[in-house]
Amino acid sequence: MSLVEENDYGTPAVKSAASVTLSIDGETVTVPAGTSIMRAAAEMGTKVPKLCATDSVKAFGSCRMCLVEIEGRPGTPASCTTPVADGMQVRTQTDRLKRLRRGVMELYISDHPLDCLTCGANGDCELQDMAGAVGLREVRYGYEGENHTHMEKDRSNPYFDYDPSKCIVCSRCVRACEETQGTFALTIEGRGFDSRVSPGAHEDFMSSECVSCGACVQACPTATLIEKSIVEIGQPEHSVVTTCAYCGVGCSFKAEMRGDELVRMVPYKDGKANRGHSCVKGRFAWGYASHKDRILKPMVRARITDPWQEVSWDEAFAHVAKEFRRIQGQYGKDAVGGITSSRCTNEETYLVQKMIRAGFGNNNVDTCARVCHSPTGYGLKTAFGTSAGTQDFDSVEETDVVIVIGANPTDGHPVFASRLKKRLRQGARLIVIDPRRIDLVKSPHVEADYHLPLRPGTNVAVVTALAHVVVTEGLVNEQFVRDFCDWSEFEDWAAFVADPRHAPEAVETLTGVPAAALRGAARLFATGGNGAIYYGLGVTEHSQGTTTVMAIANLALATGNLGRPGVGVNPLRGQNNVQGSCDMGSFPHEFPGYRHVSDDATREIFEKLWGVSLSNEPGLRIPNMFDAALDGSFKGLYVQGEDIVQSDPDTKHVTAGLSAMECVVVHDLFLNETANYAHVFLPGSTFLEKDGTFTNAERRINRVRKVMAPKNGLADWEVTQRLAQAMGMAMTYGHPSEIMDEIAATTPSFAGVSYAKLDEAGSVQWPCNEKAPDGTPVMHIGGFARGKGKFVITEYVPTDEKTGPRFPLLLTTGRILSQYNVGAQTRRTANTVWHPEDLLEMHPHDAENRGLKEGDWARLQSRAGETTLRVKVTDRVAPGVVYTTFHHPLTQANVITTDYSDWATNCPEYKVTAVQVAPSNGPSDWQEHYREHTEQSRRIAAREANVPDQAAE
Amino acid sequence: MSVTFYVPQDAAALSVGADAVAEAIRIEAGKRGIAARIIRNGSRGMLWLEPLVEVATQEGRMAFGPVEVDDVPALFDAGMAEGRGGLGPTEDLAFLKAQTRFTFARCGVIAPLSLDDYAAMDGWKGLARAITLSPAEIVDEVTRSGLRGRGGAGFPTGIKWKTVLEAKGPRKYIVANADEGDSGTFADRMLMEGDPFHLIEGMAIAGLAVGATHGYLYTRSEYPHAIAVMAAAIGLARDAGFLGPSVMGSGRAFDMEIRTGAGAYVCGEETALLESIEGRRGQVRAKPPLPAHEGLFGCPTVINNILSLTAVPFILDKGAAAYADVGFGRSRGTMPIQLAGNLRHGGLFEVGFGISLGALVNDIGGGTMTGRPVKAVQVGGPLGAYFPPALFDTPFDYEAFTKAGGLIGHGGVVVFDDSVDMVKQARFAMDFCAIESCGKCTPCRIGSTRGVETIDKIAAGQNVAANIQLVEDLCETMKFGSLCALGGFTPYPVLSALHHFPDDFAARHKAQAAE
Repeated sequence: MSLVEENDYGTPAVKSAASVTLSIDGETVTVPAGTSIMRAAAEMGTKVPKLCATDSVKAFGSCRMCLVEIEGRPGTPASCTTPVADGMQVRTQTDRLKRLRRGVMELYISDHPLDCLTCGANGDCELQDMAGAVGLREVRYGYEGENHTHMEKDRSNPYFDYDPSKCIVCSRCVRACEETQGTFALTIEGRGFDSRVSPGAHEDFMSSECVSCGACVQACPTATLIEKSIVEIGQPEHSVVTTCAYCGVGCSFKAEMRGDELVRMVPYKDGKANRGHSCVKGRFAWGYASHKDRILKPMVRARITDPWQEVSWDEAFAHVAKEFRRIQGQYGKDAVGGITSSRCTNEETYLVQKMIRAGFGNNNVDTCARVCHSPTGYGLKTAFGTSAGTQDFDSVEETDVVIVIGANPTDGHPVFASRLKKRLRQGARLIVIDPRRIDLVKSPHVEADYHLPLRPGTNVAVVTALAHVVVTEGLVNEQFVRDFCDWSEFEDWAAFVADPRHAPEAVETLTGVPAAALRGAARLFATGGNGAIYYGLGVTEHSQGTTTVMAIANLALATGNLGRPGVGVNPLRGQNNVQGSCDMGSFPHEFPGYRHVSDDATREIFEKLWGVSLSNEPGLRIPNMFDAALDGSFKGLYVQGEDIVQSDPDTKHVTAGLSAMECVVVHDLFLNETANYAHVFLPGSTFLEKDGTFTNAERRINRVRKVMAPKNGLADWEVTQRLAQAMGMAMTYGHPSEIMDEIAATTPSFAGVSYAKLDEAGSVQWPCNEKAPDGTPVMHIGGFARGKGKFVITEYVPTDEKTGPRFPLLLTTGRILSQYNVGAQTRRTANTVWHPEDLLEMHPHDAENRGLKEGDWARLQSRAGETTLRVKVTDRVAPGVVYTTFHHPLTQANVITTDYSDWATNCPEYKVTAVQVAPSNGPSDWQEHYREHTEQSRRIAAREANVPDQAAE
Repeated sequence: MSVTFYVPQDAAALSVGADAVAEAIRIEAGKRGIAARIIRNGSRGMLWLEPLVEVATQEGRMAFGPVEVDDVPALFDAGMAEGRGGLGPTEDLAFLKAQTRFTFARCGVIAPLSLDDYAAMDGWKGLARAITLSPAEIVDEVTRSGLRGRGGAGFPTGIKWKTVLEAKGPRKYIVANADEGDSGTFADRMLMEGDPFHLIEGMAIAGLAVGATHGYLYTRSEYPHAIAVMAAAIGLARDAGFLGPSVMGSGRAFDMEIRTGAGAYVCGEETALLESIEGRRGQVRAKPPLPAHEGLFGCPTVINNILSLTAVPFILDKGAAAYADVGFGRSRGTMPIQLAGNLRHGGLFEVGFGISLGALVNDIGGGTMTGRPVKAVQVGGPLGAYFPPALFDTPFDYEAFTKAGGLIGHGGVVVFDDSVDMVKQARFAMDFCAIESCGKCTPCRIGSTRGVETIDKIAAGQNVAANIQLVEDLCETMKFGSLCALGGFTPYPVLSALHHFPDDFAARHKAQAAE
């Protein structure tokens, strides 16, 4: 194995229909018009020396290493900033050029520390490479002149160091921060010889605006910005391309290794989701994989109040099999079930649902998508015929107007947010519909044309009012509707939305959105060119989540914004494989490929292959499992890679349900909150330790590749397989690729997918089959999967969760950039420096009324429960609205959230809870009790037993 | 009896007490019962005569200067109020008489903010003609005049305008570069202070020519008087309909505003200037794209020097031929040359191209003020070459100066007598570059500092021959490697000092040899 090296062409590729032919060093080359000479040379294999050029950012022309001579033109132009021209004759190597390059290099080295042998970048330094390339043999200026070698390092960032003494002022980091990431945190401070990279004005990296995405480190050609892990471990010797296991963007990374030690994760330029970019989580926050908290041995216990007992894998599997069979014998076949993980691979998820359907003999399988994007699946299937987003991420590059509703991409989907911001800086317009003033509303060089700060819970009213404006002001794309939708259905819908009660003015009081702004936003979206809608959990996690998804689909249909690049309805899926887990048949009513369990033809396919008869009755959804547990009819649960106690709403109900079960099996990396209620713990493996695939928010199937052996001995798919075997199933896969082959054989939208295909293409987007052998980047071109696009009447029904004298504020929840979901991974990394605890955001007006100041402890109470956390006073939230995150188990934000849920899918109403907030002295009794319970629950007997032994020695 | 006195309020005159002189004249006239009307005009450009007071008489304006406050009573005694006892008619002064004033015809004559004065001396005639022409016809007129960029590069103005006219963009801009930072130059300032409507007219014509409706005048914070005059003039011109939605009732719009730089020399470089207007760090952009294609805010932009823009009204008014008739070789029309340094008669001298450097220094400038022999003349600002008297027959012409290893730049001429140490001047050039470098490109950012250090070694007699070779090599790297003219032209003064005055450097050789 060796390092995966990617060519750096120096300047970005140019899209141009016209091509230009020129000669470089006597060789003829043809490239798109507008291409730089440098890139043209690189494409024919000629490496012109360069330092400030890299193909992720625009040409800058500052280093002056890439000078060339052009026949008939004076001087020595820089090849990075000079575009090719027909018939141009370029020479990249002449005596004069040699002298000039050596002269420039002599200047560089006269102001550079000569510590190459002990430098972190030794062996991976472009300055070093170029000094060699130009044949620098002497620095006649000496080293006694003015220099920067005394400058001190900035080690404030937990993941990388900044050493200004090694800076060559190429501005690649500054440009990457601007062009790639869009944060504009870096600048060049000082002028002339004093010029140096600076995060903000006289700040260190940690106190600056830097979001630690790593783009600057990636861009740096020297050791000036360098990963601490490289400094500590040394240069990697081989690398493997794999997929990030954090959010639904699905970034491709090179896992760079030294032996079986991970040295760093480097974003992969050919990754089609991220195009070489990354965020702080994927780039740096992988330390959890080797965290001391990881459990590597299976454990069992009779009661959840007992300490854990370590056992062998065989003992663990036998125990679970015996218990589940006992429960089924005692309480009936349907008394057991399982939850698949949106963080595990498609193959693993497929196996879990297979084990449940074929082995447990029921359909009691559900997944965490229940609590996030189940309304997306239902709503988009209804409208278009496919339970997934319509576009690829590249589509954003052709968008003219973007609606972001109920999503906070800069925190939740940072790499997509960077791509979006890039397009916005190019001039695309933006409409943000969100109760909070998220960063996209106004950040450097990005400003929303409209921010509609709606009252939580009024999505349907707002989106329907947008449609009202489109219909009543004659902005419907009639041709599109006539071509691709059912006209009479449209007419019914149009009559519905045109009703004056849906007018912006009529709903203004209800939604809190000024009518004029809403009208302006609707007009902009309908008339501004390619319109794309991106949404997140702020849409789905409501009692009318599915209705809002359908209202969004209606808006896209009416304005003709479907079926081509630049438009579409784009759910920003939360977890790395939440799309995949849904695709793989994780829902109790659907087989893989969203085929209903009552469909005889589908059941027949699987019955034939699996050799068992399958139930045609939908199984239990997650909340129903808890209800059934409390009823006494559901007693055994297998939970793979999901912390339902922390992530599901109404924690008290969840824990009560789990406590009522007789065998709860948790399969995870860590003793998570759910494990506090478990009888069996099966250690999990990280994404670094197994092969498989993840499917991201754009339906892209990306390969996950094993870079090290599972620390626990078994990859997760092997654990499920061994458990299934223990329960008597004949499951004998030798490699995850065989599982994918079975998926392809049984699931039409995956028919063309295989590991061979993925290795060859890098990734594919489903549907991938005979009709679309290379996959489907943009769906519904020339017609919808279901035939005609469907308009659905979206009547606004207020949630039952209402504010009143006892609970006068509305709580809405979300997440933050540095933390991920329940924090099981990110809390076990240095990311905690950015977000050590969950805070309650509160408007100054509401805080003042309650005598609360920044940093005060506050009691947050709903009808479901209460917790305490500290207050952050900010006008990001409107008066009457409070906001928090749910990353920390001690906060337990979900103690507060209620059991209300989406009418169609039971997706919980996380985003609207009526609460009261009052000053507090510190953690609540419940929190104290919970902490004690957790400490008790995490005792491990074998380890405790060791203590007296050691004492005896 | 009412007498009209002209006392310049040009910054150069103010710096030698013009305000106090004006006040003294008011008081003295009052004492004598003379109704004095004091007009604060611009400068005539004869700086050794400032404050140059003029008195209007039947025979024309009579010159007195330099006038000091204490001189005023005696001047009145000698008949100043009647125009007697001074230098005679201003127009007959040799320094003025020898000039061909196309651009500076009104400067020093009129009251700068008088729209009537301006109109009375051919003001707005060029613009009036321009609005009768199509954009392409205006561009053609300018092209045929042979006008070349007066900022230093000498690029044909008409070609630049044509490029912008034909470029596609959502908007277009006119940018006037008044970031006049060259040592020994003051023409832009003098014109803005003395004839501000002229620049407005030139910019408006440029706007009509290329289809730009907005202009920026970028100037220096060190020019507070020019800024004040220009700001007032823009307001007056707007009120009078020369700027605004319908320029001179043409239905075509053009308006403009002033942006003030923060003191960086490099912001006079056109792309750094654009960055500065955009509110960014004053840093040079790589070209292409040319500003004519993607300039200010990414739009096609005409960026011209003040002297280029103010040559245009004459060309439109009198016709391209009238302008092109004057000149030398491919350098057509006149050049407002600024004579400075160690010179008896320093000032602004507008003349057709072709006059020899020697004539400028000796005949017009009158030789050194110290009376010592001229040793070197730096032409074209701090990045211009040093010329020895041996090259005094070089005609003032873009091509001739290039051939002689120099440049005419913005027309600044700085004279040094034989006491100058050319090693120090070479060091100064590198030091100037180090101080003013924007820091973007390596040859300029690091090279200028290394240049200072290496010349210091030469001055100290260390390895002189090797270090001279290193300076030569460094100059090659800077000249061909630098991103803009700051680093690229710094070798001109350095190498010309080294090549024309080898003895100054050899002195260190000898010192070293003697050790």
